[in-house]
Formats: sequence, structure tokens, C-alpha cells
Amino acid sequence: MEKIITRHFDLPQSHRLETYLKDGGYEALRRVLTGMTQAQVIEEIKKSNLRGLGGAGFPTGMKWSFIPAQNPKPKYLVVNGDEGEPGTFKDKQILEKDPHAVLEGMIITCYAIGAHKAYVYIRGEYTKSLEILQGALKEAYQAKYLGQGIMGTGFSLDMVIHPGAGAYICGEETALLESLEGKKGFPRLKPPFPAVVGLFGCPTVINNIETMACVAPIISKGAEWYAKLGSEKNGGNRLYSVSGHVEKPGVYELPLGISLREIIYNHAGGILNGRGLKAVIPGGISAPILKAQEIDVKMDFDSLKSAGTMAGSGGIMVMDETTDMVRAAMIAARFFAHESCGQCSPCREGSGWVYRILKRIYEGQGQPRDLKNLPGIVNNIGGNTICAFGDAVTMCVGSYVAKFREEFEAKIRNSIRDDAIRP
Amino acid sequence: MDKIAGQYEVKRAALLPLLRFVQQKHGWITPEIEQNMAEYLEMPLVQVHEVVCFYHLLNQHKKGHCHLSVCQTTACSLRGADEMIQYISDKLKIRPGETTADGRFSLSVVECLGACDQAPVMQCNEEYVGLLDKKKIDKIVDR
Ligand SMILES: Cc1cc2nc3c(=O)[nH]c(=O)nc-3n(C[C@H](O)[C@H](O)[C@H](O)COP(=O)(O)O)c2cc1C
Ligand code: FES
Repeated sequence: MEKIITRHFDLPQSHRLETYLKDGGYEALRRVLTGMTQAQVIEEIKKSNLRGLGGAGFPTGMKWSFIPAQNPKPKYLVVNGDEGEPGTFKDKQILEKDPHAVLEGMIITCYAIGAHKAYVYIRGEYTKSLEILQGALKEAYQAKYLGQGIMGTGFSLDMVIHPGAGAYICGEETALLESLEGKKGFPRLKPPFPAVVGLFGCPTVINNIETMACVAPIISKGAEWYAKLGSEKNGGNRLYSVSGHVEKPGVYELPLGISLREIIYNHAGGILNGRGLKAVIPGGISAPILKAQEIDVKMDFDSLKSAGTMAGSGGIMVMDETTDMVRAAMIAARFFAHESCGQCSPCREGSGWVYRILKRIYEGQGQPRDLKNLPGIVNNIGGNTICAFGDAVTMCVGSYVAKFREEFEAKIRNSIRDDAIRP
Repeated sequence: MDKIAGQYEVKRAALLPLLRFVQQKHGWITPEIEQNMAEYLEMPLVQVHEVVCFYHLLNQHKKGHCHLSVCQTTACSLRGADEMIQYISDKLKIRPGETTADGRFSLSVVECLGACDQAPVMQCNEEYVGLLDKKKIDKIVDR
């Protein structure tokens, strides 16, 4: 299979400009700057069926076309390298192994949307990624791929790398904008959408690191080529981060239409120690969990949606037959309770309640009413909050209880029995 | 500091990078640093303080020389994170959130560090230590 995003990963010094140039690096940019109009670039990306790889899967070309050309304000590109979704570790790999692919994609994107300033927001813990990207940025400025009059054309662009400081919610695009503006990461109410009122009140496109890494190859090899690689309306490959109970955890570049079973058994080496499979989270912790018998699903955005879950960030977490699902649910709930930003009451309070109830059940203090109350609490978070974090709590925690109800019931039955025996 | 601040079209946008820069030098964000930052960026002190409280990588208290942040989220927990946290806690005789009396170590339990393929994982200050086992912990704690 042809590698696109990871094509340079195995080269020595893959992060250096020199290495990138040897493989035709920045040629796509040259082509764009010297022979394509802004509209042509956007059209090409639309035709490629590139979908945002940060989590929501929004068609990238369409997102770019929402930038109002006649708006006199400056326009911005903000690239999301916050990578906080548990189970996801692919953007780090791209940043460390092929930072110029991200930069070239960003410069092309800025040209297409008419931006002359771009920001990359890097997760606070990723200091090594940040340093490598900083090095690449310096090389790009020196080689005149950034700054005034790029490649001798009239196009100019400046780029700033911005470190985060540890807050999952800042991966949500409007929280990220707030954070970039020097505030706490509270998501904004939409509309207005960032394409109209974004960074510093100006039209802004927000894209994920991996999405950016796909742009230059699409320009080089053509939209049709890219679209053919994936499944219908889901172009290309993506990086799957596989972790948990598998023999070979890691990042795998595979087409969007591949089945979950193939990823786990043919690429990630199957279940650890030859044990049986119990459950899989297919797209980061926010994605509803799948049972072992559901893993023939295709991994593109639309197929996973039809299966009642989501492709999300491509973070696959595998749980073997020994996994305690009550505990797994509690851990997910603990994550949400810890990371809720606290702006909306249903999410702030609800995520804490859900965690405490699950913890109680897990620790053998559960009551039959707990299982009755849970759905009510869980379902009142999603849909009642400013951002999609609340929906994630609802869908994720709800799926554990719905699919593994007998384990929750058994835990509660046992706690009651223990109570009865206790003097 | 002027160099960092000069990159942004709105002054206060430099707040996070500046706080991180100062913390790297000083170890934690003191009330005086907050005050100076507010003056430097011409913004209300309370808004600086709010940001310091919101982001967990900004320390509001002095930390040990070696700050261990152990991941407790799904992938790490499936691969034995709880046992590692317990082991460190017993070994250092501190609970998560605490610092040893000699100021050498702090222990924090954190959510996914974005290195789940290396589970269980922790950070020792900024350095990632993956595929954590008791031996690796001993090596760090006893050095
Ligand atoms: C709670 C929450 C957390 C998110 N975290 C991330 C993240 O860490 N990285 C990311 O790229 N997108 C994240 N997203 C999605 C972004 O809001 C946004 O859709 C994405 O960055 C857009 O880029 P794309 O179209 O290229 O995918 C998150 C969304 C939500 C609701
Ligand atoms: S779950 Fe521990 S690093 Fe991701």
C-alpha cells in the first residue's frame, strides 16, 4: 500500500529540510504559487474528499470555502496540534518525523484562504515536538518558504508556534482560539462560526496537524488519485493510533475504508498474549465503545457513524476478555469529570455525578437505583452544553452501560449480597 | 520576553508562552510573577490568575526537582498504570499531589499524555518515560 502521511518516517534525518527537498518537498507549494488561483486550490481539495482528521471529519475544502473573501479583516489559519483525545498519538509522530509536510500544507492553505499569518497550537506536554517544529520553521524562513515574497512571488506569510499548557478542552476549536488569545479555554457559542468570527475576531480556518500533512500530496498527485484511495466521500489514508491490549501498539497509516478487524489482527499483531477480544474504542475515548462482534465495521467517518459510534481522532483502544467494563467506564468518566472546563452546569456537575456513581458501583457500594439514575443524568448532559464535550460524555459513558449492562448489574448484585452478609 | 510578545498582534495573546517561559526559569508561578505579567501585558491581574489556575501545567506551588506525572487514562490503565502509581507512591511515601520532604520528588496523576503506545507512561519533568516498570522507576527514584 502506498504511504502518504508517513512516507518519510523511516528516512534518516526525516525532519530536516534537506531530506524533505530530496523527495520533491515544496514543489506542490511552487505549483500553487506560480500556477493556481485560490479558487483552484480550494476546488482541488474539495474534489479530493479530504476530511478533517482532528475528530469531526468535516470536508476540508468546504471549510476553506466558508472564508468570506470580501471581508476586509485579516484572515488566519490556526492549526490544531493539541492532541488531547485519549488513545491518540499520531500528530506527535508527524510533527517529529515530517514537520515540513505540515508547514508546506499550511502555506498552501494560507494561500488558498488569503491568510498572511498562521498559528500552530502545540500541546503543552509535547516539548520535543515543539522544538523540532521550531527548527523546521527556522529552516523554512531561511529558505524563503516563509516570510516576505515567498519563492519570489508576491505572497507573504508569517507563522507562530504557540504552546498550550495542559487542558484537554483546548483541543476544541473555539476553546483553542480563546486559549491562543491568552484566556482560559472556555469554548465559544456557535454561531458565529470561526470562519466568520475567529481568532482576534477575524475569519479563521482551524485544521488538524494530520489534515495539513495531506494537503501537499493532494496538490502533487491530484485530487482524483487521493479520492480513490479511501471509500466514498472519505478520501485518502489516515493514521490510526492503536493501543491497549494488542501485541504491537503504534501508529499505522491505512486507508479510510479498512475494517477494524484488519487493523487489530493484521497490523497491530492481534490481542496481547493470544487472549480473546472483548471491546474496542474506535476513535478516541469520546467514541462509543464497540463489542467484539462489531469489529467488521469499516473505519471511515460514515460507516462508523452508521454503526452508532464515530471515527473521531482514529485512536483505537483495544480491551481483551479480562477487562472489567465497570472499571473501564469509571476511568472514562473520571477523564471527563477531570477535563470538563466547568463553563456549562450540565457538564460540570453531570460529569462529576456520573464519575462518582460509577466509582461507587466499581468499589462495591452500588445500589440498584444507580443504574436507573445513570441514563437520566448521562442523557441530560449531551445537547445541553456549548461544545461537543458534553455529547461525548453522554455517548461514551452511555455506550458502556448499554452494551455491558450485565456486568454493571452483577457488580451491584454482589455489593448487595456483601451488605447482607456483613454483620 | 519582548521577542515572544512581539509575535502577536494582540498583546495578551502572549500570556501562555510567557508564563511557560517564566516557569521554565523559576519552577512555578508566584503571585509576584502574576502581578508583573499583568503589568507587562496591560491586563487585569485577575485574568492572569484565572489562566494560571485553569491550565494544569502551570504550577501554583513549588514542585520537587523531579516532577513525576503518571498517566491514569484508559490505555495506560489497561497496561497496569494503577500498580505503577501505587509503587511510586509507596516508594516515595507520598500521595499523588504531594512532594517529598526533601523536595526531590513530586507525584501527580494525570490524564492521557498522548503516548499510549508506550503505556504505561509517565513524564519525569518534560521527559517521557514509556513502557514503565518497577525497574525503570527504581532507576529514576534511586539515582
Ligand atoms: C472536546 C473536544 C476536543 C477536541 N480535541 C481535538 C484535538 O486535540 N485535536 C484536534 O485536531 N481536534 C480536536 N477537536 C476537534 C476540533 O474542534 C476541530 O474540529 C478540528 O481541530 C478541526 O480540524 P480538522 O477539520 O482538520 O479535523 C476536539 C473537539 C472537541 C469537541
Ligand atoms: S492513556 Fe496513557 S498516554 Fe494515553
